[in-house]
Amino acid sequence: MPFKRYVEVGRVALVNYGKDYGKLVVIVDVIDQNRALVDAPDMVRGQMNFKRLTLTDIKIEIKRVPNKKTLIAALEAGDVKNKWENSSWGRKLIVQKKRASLNDFDRFKIMLAKIKKAGVVRQELAKLKKETA
Amino acid sequence: MSYKFHQFQVVGRGLPTETDEHPKIYRMKLWATNEVRAKSKFWYFLRKLKKVKKSNGQMLAINEIFEKNPTTIKNYGIWLRYQSRTGYHNMYKEYRDTTLNGGIEQMYTEMASRHRVRHHCIQVIKTATIPAKLCKRESTKQFHNSKIKFPLVFKKVRPPTRKLKTTYKASRPNLFV
Repeated sequence: MPFKRYVEVGRVALVNYGKDYGKLVVIVDVIDQNRALVDAPDMVRGQMNFKRLTLTDIKIEIKRVPNKKTLIAALEAGDVKNKWENSSWGRKLIVQKKRASLNDFDRFKIMLAKIKKAGVVRQELAKLKKETA
Repeated sequence: MSYKFHQFQVVGRGLPTETDEHPKIYRMKLWATNEVRAKSKFWYFLRKLKKVKKSNGQMLAINEIFEKNPTTIKNYGIWLRYQSRTGYHNMYKEYRDTTLNGGIEQMYTEMASRHRVRHHCIQVIKTATIPAKLCKRESTKQFHNSKIKFPLVFKKVRPPTRKLKTTYKASRPNLFV
Protein backbone atom coordinates (compact mmCIF):
# COMPACT_ATOMS: atom_id res chain seq x y z
CA MET A 1 0.00 0.00 0.00
CA PRO A 2 2.03 3.01 -1.15
CA PHE A 3 1.44 6.43 0.31
CA LYS A 4 -0.95 8.75 -1.47
CA ARG A 5 -1.03 11.87 0.70
CA TYR A 6 2.30 13.64 1.01
CA VAL A 7 3.41 16.61 3.02
CA GLU A 8 4.31 19.11 0.31
CA VAL A 9 3.95 22.78 -0.47
CA GLY A 10 0.29 23.27 -1.35
CA ARG A 11 -1.16 20.29 0.51
CA VAL A 12 -4.46 21.14 2.22
CA ALA A 13 -4.75 19.75 5.73
CA LEU A 14 -7.39 19.71 8.45
CA VAL A 15 -6.43 20.84 11.93
CA ASN A 16 -7.44 18.13 14.40
CA TYR A 17 -6.23 19.53 17.73
CA GLY A 18 -5.90 22.83 19.46
CA LYS A 19 -7.17 26.34 19.02
CA ASP A 20 -7.80 26.09 15.25
CA TYR A 21 -9.63 22.76 15.45
CA GLY A 22 -11.66 22.00 12.34
CA LYS A 23 -10.01 24.55 10.06
CA LEU A 24 -8.67 23.81 6.62
CA VAL A 25 -5.13 25.11 6.25
CA VAL A 26 -2.54 24.98 3.48
CA ILE A 27 1.01 23.75 4.08
CA VAL A 28 3.11 26.59 2.78
CA ASP A 29 6.59 25.38 3.79
CA VAL A 30 8.25 22.71 5.88
CA ILE A 31 10.29 23.84 8.87
CA ASP A 32 11.71 20.50 9.91
CA GLN A 33 10.66 16.94 10.40
CA ASN A 34 7.86 17.72 12.81
CA ARG A 35 6.63 21.17 11.90
CA ALA A 36 5.22 22.97 8.92
CA LEU A 37 4.59 26.59 8.14
CA VAL A 38 0.86 26.75 7.65
CA ASP A 39 -1.46 29.41 6.27
CA ALA A 40 -5.19 29.98 5.82
CA PRO A 41 -7.14 32.99 4.55
CA ASP A 42 -8.37 33.91 8.04
CA MET A 43 -5.27 33.39 10.16
CA VAL A 44 -1.75 34.75 10.49
CA ARG A 45 0.84 32.46 8.90
CA GLY A 46 2.24 30.29 11.66
CA GLN A 47 3.93 27.03 12.46
CA MET A 48 2.08 23.86 13.32
CA ASN A 49 3.17 20.41 14.37
CA PHE A 50 2.23 17.59 11.98
CA LYS A 51 0.62 15.85 14.91
CA ARG A 52 -2.06 18.53 14.81
CA LEU A 53 -2.74 18.11 11.09
CA THR A 54 -4.56 15.47 9.09
CA LEU A 55 -3.64 15.57 5.41
CA THR A 56 -6.44 15.64 2.85
CA ASP A 57 -6.45 14.60 -0.80
CA ILE A 58 -6.65 18.19 -1.96
CA LYS A 59 -3.53 19.95 -3.22
CA ILE A 60 -3.23 23.41 -4.72
CA GLU A 61 -0.57 24.86 -7.00
CA ILE A 62 1.54 27.37 -5.11
CA LYS A 63 5.21 28.23 -4.80
CA ARG A 64 6.96 28.06 -1.43
CA VAL A 65 5.58 30.70 0.99
CA PRO A 66 3.26 32.76 -1.21
CA ASN A 67 1.85 36.04 0.04
CA LYS A 68 -1.73 36.14 1.29
CA LYS A 69 -3.21 37.47 -1.98
CA THR A 70 -1.56 34.74 -4.08
CA LEU A 71 -2.67 32.12 -1.59
CA ILE A 72 -6.31 33.22 -1.68
CA ALA A 73 -6.21 33.34 -5.50
CA ALA A 74 -4.74 29.84 -5.63
CA LEU A 75 -7.40 28.55 -3.25
CA GLU A 76 -10.06 29.97 -5.55
CA ALA A 77 -8.38 28.49 -8.62
CA GLY A 78 -8.12 25.09 -6.99
CA ASP A 79 -11.76 25.29 -5.92
CA VAL A 80 -10.79 23.93 -2.52
CA LYS A 81 -13.99 24.95 -0.73
CA ASN A 82 -16.30 23.14 -3.15
CA LYS A 83 -14.08 20.11 -3.44
CA TRP A 84 -14.03 19.83 0.33
CA GLU A 85 -17.75 20.32 0.82
CA ASN A 86 -18.56 17.73 -1.85
CA SER A 87 -16.15 15.14 -0.59
CA SER A 88 -17.61 12.50 1.70
CA TRP A 89 -15.26 13.55 4.52
CA GLY A 90 -16.26 17.19 4.21
CA ARG A 91 -19.96 16.36 4.04
CA LYS A 92 -19.72 14.21 7.18
CA LEU A 93 -18.14 17.09 9.08
CA ILE A 94 -20.85 19.48 7.94
CA VAL A 95 -23.56 17.07 9.06
CA GLN A 96 -21.83 16.62 12.43
CA LYS A 97 -21.71 20.38 12.92
CA LYS A 98 -25.35 20.72 11.97
CA ARG A 99 -26.41 18.01 14.39
CA ALA A 100 -24.45 19.60 17.22
CA SER A 101 -26.10 22.96 16.67
CA LEU A 102 -29.74 21.74 16.75
CA ASN A 103 -32.20 23.10 19.26
CA ASP A 104 -35.06 21.14 20.78
CA PHE A 105 -37.59 22.23 18.17
CA ASP A 106 -35.25 21.08 15.36
CA ARG A 107 -34.82 17.71 17.05
CA PHE A 108 -38.62 17.41 17.28
CA LYS A 109 -38.92 18.15 13.57
CA ILE A 110 -36.28 15.53 12.82
CA MET A 111 -38.11 12.98 14.93
CA LEU A 112 -41.31 13.53 12.92
CA ALA A 113 -39.43 13.35 9.64
CA LYS A 114 -37.77 10.07 10.68
CA ILE A 115 -41.11 8.54 11.66
CA LYS A 116 -42.61 9.61 8.35
CA LYS A 117 -39.69 8.18 6.36
CA ALA A 118 -39.84 4.90 8.30
CA GLY A 119 -43.58 4.69 7.61
CA VAL A 120 -43.09 5.12 3.84
CA VAL A 121 -40.30 2.54 3.79
CA ARG A 122 -42.44 0.04 5.68
CA GLN A 123 -45.35 0.51 3.28
CA GLU A 124 -43.10 -0.20 0.30
CA LEU A 125 -41.66 -3.24 2.09
CA ALA A 126 -45.17 -4.55 2.82
CA LYS A 127 -46.10 -4.15 -0.84
CA LEU A 128 -43.03 -6.08 -1.98
CA LYS A 129 -43.71 -8.82 0.56
CA LYS A 130 -47.29 -9.19 -0.72
CA GLU A 131 -46.08 -9.53 -4.32
CA THR A 132 -43.62 -12.28 -3.54
CA ALA A 133 -45.92 -14.14 -1.12
CA MET B 1 3.71 30.36 20.74
CA SER B 2 5.06 31.14 24.19
CA TYR B 3 8.75 30.62 24.62
CA LYS B 4 10.52 29.95 27.87
CA PHE B 5 13.61 31.94 26.94
CA HIS B 6 13.20 35.59 26.03
CA GLN B 7 15.85 37.73 24.39
CA PHE B 8 16.80 40.91 26.21
CA GLN B 9 19.03 43.85 25.40
CA VAL B 10 20.73 44.98 28.60
CA VAL B 11 22.71 48.21 28.78
CA GLY B 12 24.83 49.19 31.76
CA ARG B 13 27.98 50.93 32.87
CA GLY B 14 30.14 51.45 35.91
CA LEU B 15 29.19 54.27 38.24
CA PRO B 16 30.90 57.60 37.45
CA THR B 17 33.78 58.43 39.83
CA GLU B 18 36.12 61.42 40.28
CA THR B 19 38.76 59.77 38.06
CA ASP B 20 36.29 58.64 35.40
CA GLU B 21 33.45 61.06 34.80
CA HIS B 22 32.00 59.24 31.78
CA PRO B 23 32.60 55.52 32.02
CA LYS B 24 32.11 53.38 28.95
CA ILE B 25 28.60 52.04 28.38
CA TYR B 26 28.27 48.35 27.60
CA ARG B 27 25.40 46.59 25.88
CA MET B 28 24.67 42.89 25.83
CA LYS B 29 22.07 40.78 24.13
CA LEU B 30 21.27 37.71 26.15
CA TRP B 31 18.63 35.07 26.82
CA ALA B 32 16.85 34.62 30.11
CA THR B 33 13.46 33.55 31.34
CA ASN B 34 12.66 36.99 32.78
CA GLU B 35 14.08 40.50 33.21
CA VAL B 36 15.46 39.93 36.68
CA ARG B 37 17.49 36.96 35.50
CA ALA B 38 18.62 38.93 32.47
CA LYS B 39 20.05 41.71 34.62
CA SER B 40 21.83 39.20 36.81
CA LYS B 41 23.33 37.47 33.78
CA PHE B 42 24.45 40.81 32.42
CA TRP B 43 26.50 41.56 35.55
CA TYR B 44 27.88 38.01 35.55
CA PHE B 45 29.25 38.40 32.04
CA LEU B 46 30.39 41.98 32.51
CA ARG B 47 32.35 41.04 35.62
CA LYS B 48 34.27 38.54 33.56
CA LEU B 49 35.05 41.04 30.81
CA LYS B 50 35.57 44.36 32.59
CA LYS B 51 36.52 45.51 36.08
CA VAL B 52 32.96 46.38 37.13
CA LYS B 53 30.45 44.75 39.47
CA LYS B 54 26.79 45.30 40.22
CA SER B 55 27.71 47.13 43.41
CA ASN B 56 29.73 49.77 41.56
CA GLY B 57 27.72 49.84 38.37
CA GLN B 58 24.33 50.95 37.17
CA MET B 59 21.77 49.47 34.82
CA LEU B 60 20.78 51.94 32.13
CA ALA B 61 18.21 50.04 30.07
CA ILE B 62 16.71 46.63 29.66
CA ASN B 63 14.41 45.91 26.72
CA GLU B 64 12.97 42.72 25.40
CA ILE B 65 13.82 41.98 21.78
CA PHE B 66 11.07 40.44 19.68
CA GLU B 67 11.35 38.63 16.40
CA LYS B 68 11.01 40.90 13.39
CA ASN B 69 9.60 38.30 10.94
CA PRO B 70 8.03 35.42 12.84
CA THR B 71 6.30 34.17 9.70
CA THR B 72 9.41 33.24 7.69
CA ILE B 73 11.59 30.20 8.22
CA LYS B 74 15.24 30.85 8.94
CA ASN B 75 18.31 28.74 9.61
CA TYR B 76 19.91 29.72 12.89
CA GLY B 77 23.52 28.96 13.76
CA ILE B 78 24.27 29.07 17.47
CA TRP B 79 27.76 29.09 18.95
CA LEU B 80 27.78 28.07 22.57
CA ARG B 81 30.08 27.24 25.44
CA TYR B 82 28.91 24.60 27.87
CA GLN B 83 30.15 22.85 30.94
CA SER B 84 30.21 19.08 30.84
CA ARG B 85 31.11 16.77 33.68
CA THR B 86 34.76 16.98 32.71
CA GLY B 87 35.30 20.54 31.54
CA TYR B 88 34.21 23.36 29.25
CA HIS B 89 33.62 22.85 25.54
CA ASN B 90 32.58 24.97 22.59
CA MET B 91 29.93 23.90 20.18
CA TYR B 92 28.25 25.07 17.01
CA LYS B 93 24.67 23.98 16.38
CA GLU B 94 22.19 24.70 13.63
CA TYR B 95 18.41 24.92 13.87
CA ARG B 96 15.62 25.65 11.50
CA ASP B 97 12.87 27.75 13.04
CA THR B 98 10.68 30.78 12.49
CA THR B 99 12.00 32.81 15.43
CA LEU B 100 15.39 33.12 17.15
CA ASN B 101 13.78 32.47 20.53
CA GLY B 102 12.40 29.22 19.15
CA GLY B 103 15.82 28.20 17.87
CA ILE B 104 17.41 28.98 21.24
CA GLU B 105 14.75 26.98 23.03
CA GLN B 106 15.41 24.06 20.68
CA MET B 107 19.09 24.37 21.52
CA TYR B 108 18.53 24.28 25.26
CA THR B 109 16.26 21.25 25.07
CA GLU B 110 18.61 19.45 22.69
CA MET B 111 21.66 20.09 24.90
CA ALA B 112 19.72 18.81 27.87
CA SER B 113 18.65 15.65 26.08
CA ARG B 114 21.78 14.83 24.08
CA HIS B 115 24.48 15.92 26.50
CA ARG B 116 22.67 16.15 29.85
CA VAL B 117 23.68 19.80 30.14
CA ARG B 118 21.35 21.92 32.25
CA HIS B 119 20.52 25.39 31.03
CA HIS B 120 22.56 27.23 33.63
CA CYS B 121 25.70 25.51 32.36
CA ILE B 122 25.24 26.89 28.84
CA GLN B 123 26.55 30.25 27.63
CA VAL B 124 25.45 31.49 24.23
CA ILE B 125 28.45 33.05 22.52
CA LYS B 126 26.91 34.12 19.25
CA THR B 127 23.86 33.55 17.12
CA ALA B 128 23.40 34.25 13.43
CA THR B 129 20.88 33.73 10.68
CA ILE B 130 22.64 31.56 8.16
CA PRO B 131 21.75 31.63 4.46
CA ALA B 132 20.95 28.23 3.08
CA LYS B 133 24.20 27.55 1.23
CA LEU B 134 26.39 28.22 4.26
CA CYS B 135 24.69 25.69 6.50
CA LYS B 136 26.98 22.98 7.73
CA ARG B 137 24.72 20.35 9.23
CA GLU B 138 23.03 17.72 7.08
CA SER B 139 19.96 17.67 9.26
CA THR B 140 19.16 21.30 8.37
CA LYS B 141 20.39 21.04 4.78
CA GLN B 142 17.97 18.21 4.01
CA PHE B 143 15.06 20.67 4.27
CA HIS B 144 16.60 23.09 1.75
CA ASN B 145 14.51 21.68 -1.03
CA SER B 146 11.86 23.78 -2.71
CA LYS B 147 10.02 20.67 -3.88
CA ILE B 148 10.13 18.90 -0.56
CA LYS B 149 7.72 15.99 -0.32
CA PHE B 150 7.39 13.21 2.20
CA PRO B 151 4.56 11.09 3.58
CA LEU B 152 3.57 11.01 7.22
CA VAL B 153 4.32 7.42 7.95
CA PHE B 154 3.02 6.84 11.46
CA LYS B 155 -0.24 8.59 12.18
CA LYS B 156 -1.54 8.30 15.73
CA VAL B 157 -5.10 9.63 15.90
CA ARG B 158 -5.48 11.77 19.00
CA PRO B 159 -8.72 12.81 20.70
CA PRO B 160 -9.29 16.49 19.85
CA THR B 161 -9.13 17.61 23.47
CA ARG B 162 -7.33 16.27 26.53
CA LYS B 163 -10.75 15.81 28.19
CA LEU B 164 -11.74 13.06 25.74
CA LYS B 165 -8.61 11.03 26.45
CA THR B 166 -9.25 7.40 27.54
CA THR B 167 -6.80 4.92 29.04
CA TYR B 168 -8.24 1.90 27.27
CA LYS B 169 -9.50 1.54 23.74
CA ALA B 170 -12.09 -0.95 22.48
CA SER B 171 -10.21 -1.83 19.31
CA ARG B 172 -6.64 -1.54 18.14
CA PRO B 173 -6.18 1.86 16.49
CA ASN B 174 -5.17 1.96 12.83
CA LEU B 175 -1.89 3.82 12.42
CA PHE B 176 -1.73 3.96 8.63
CA VAL B 177 -1.99 7.61 7.68
